[in-house]
Amino acid sequence: MQFFIDNFPLLRDAFLTTLSMSLLAGLLALVLGTVLAAFRVSPITPLRGLSTFYVETFRNTPLTVVFFFIIFGLPQIDFAVGFFTGSVLAVGLYTAAFVCEAVRSGINAVNPGQAEASRAIGLTFGQSLREVVLPQAFRTVVPPLGNVWIAMVKNTSIAAGFAVSELTASLQRLSNANAGELLLVLLAVVIGYMLITLTSAYGISRMERRVAILR
Amino acid sequence: MTTPVLFDLPGPKARKRIRIGTVIGALIVLAIIAFVLVRLAGNDQLDPQRWAVLFDPNSGVPQALGEALVRTLQVALVGMVFATVLGLFLAVGRLSDHRAVRIAATTLIEFFRAIPLLVVIFSLYFVLPSFGIRLSAYAALTGGLILYNMAVLAEIFRAGILSVAAGQREAAFGLGLRKSQVMTLVLLPQAVRRMLPVLIAQLVVLLKDSSLGFIIGYFELLRQARSLVEFFVPRFGNQYTFQLYVAAGLIYIIVNVLLSQLAKLAERRTSSDRRMTGTKGVGLPDETVPLDAATPGPDRTP
Repeated sequence: MQFFIDNFPLLRDAFLTTLSMSLLAGLLALVLGTVLAAFRVSPITPLRGLSTFYVETFRNTPLTVVFFFIIFGLPQIDFAVGFFTGSVLAVGLYTAAFVCEAVRSGINAVNPGQAEASRAIGLTFGQSLREVVLPQAFRTVVPPLGNVWIAMVKNTSIAAGFAVSELTASLQRLSNANAGELLLVLLAVVIGYMLITLTSAYGISRMERRVAILR
Repeated sequence: MTTPVLFDLPGPKARKRIRIGTVIGALIVLAIIAFVLVRLAGNDQLDPQRWAVLFDPNSGVPQALGEALVRTLQVALVGMVFATVLGLFLAVGRLSDHRAVRIAATTLIEFFRAIPLLVVIFSLYFVLPSFGIRLSAYAALTGGLILYNMAVLAEIFRAGILSVAAGQREAAFGLGLRKSQVMTLVLLPQAVRRMLPVLIAQLVVLLKDSSLGFIIGYFELLRQARSLVEFFVPRFGNQYTFQLYVAAGLIYIIVNVLLSQLAKLAERRTSSDRRMTGTKGVGLPDETVPLDAATPGPDRTP
């Protein structure tokens, strides 16, 4: 127990790093993913192609490789980023592809009559997307978006391999302790992740019930 | 192509605007690419000699990357087979009639779904040794992939089994089949077929995750590239670093794209005959049309 108390500041900082990395990357992924989904259904063919290309590329690239290109590749074009910023960028850009797919499935789930009606009353593409389709789409994609968020929180653990001292890295750093104490660290790390994922899961299911559209 | 619902087909003016926008956009993209190339060339990264090393058998690079690809696929393949089999058992266990089995399977699934894969791998690699069990990087990576993905696959299988129409199960019991026969002969074949695209998508994820071997020092593609770099740096400096990493990344992407194409193929094949599999339809609007058409219309009344 003494060991745990001694290392509490380290674990707390690690937890806060994981949390802030998740929130920043999540925000980036949500904004970029929504824009990409709008591109995907837009009337302009090149934008559709661009979005499809982005999604296909990032969905088929291991996150470790994305990390690699951002942290070791960007300096080659004289854009060095720090390890933390690089990790947020990597996780955010990667997750945006999955957010795009989720939002697009939501857009497809909106009754076509809604889109037809908004066009009939003279709304432009942008207006009908913003005012009519997306608000309904987001309501239906709360569960899949929640899954993407939880997977993303777990994916931030890869930053441990790239010199960010988040939760998983603290497990690695304290791993030469003896068995009983190490189990405590493992327990703390697992609890740290569950604190984020389980509360998110609870929040998502509440939100899902609140915003669900009864059809 | 069907008429889009969200917008009118662009007229002559809009088409002109789109053309202008496309040209400007293409110019911007080209400018970015040119900028990247100029910066790379400025750092001498585009020298053909630097790239030639990737294809020169005398340097040992192609062989090393080839072996690394084999090791990557080996981990992924072993992981896929065991995770699928264990996932099937867990899914059936979670749907079992026996409470103890159900609780055990549920706990196992939920536990491994809640923690990151890398934590599982680290536990096997760093925590087990302090209990006297020392695993190689290969065993830790494969074990982690199996434990994590069996939980995910179990949920996929369970969703598939539950999506088979209840009538199928009832009919099978009505024929006098046993519980195990109902599961293996009636429910699972339909569930697996239904879930094939999702299943393959998850296997792509598993293949992608094998790159985590990099972090614990298993010589998959990325780590192999890293070790080649470490081998080259004392002799040639950082001359080949970027090229080797790009090569390793590209091989990963190509293999994954191929597997994803397989998933798409499977999806097209399963979705084309979904109505014959006796599973619950998604309730597409056009599926209700035949119902209306089947009711006798006014022209058929004498």
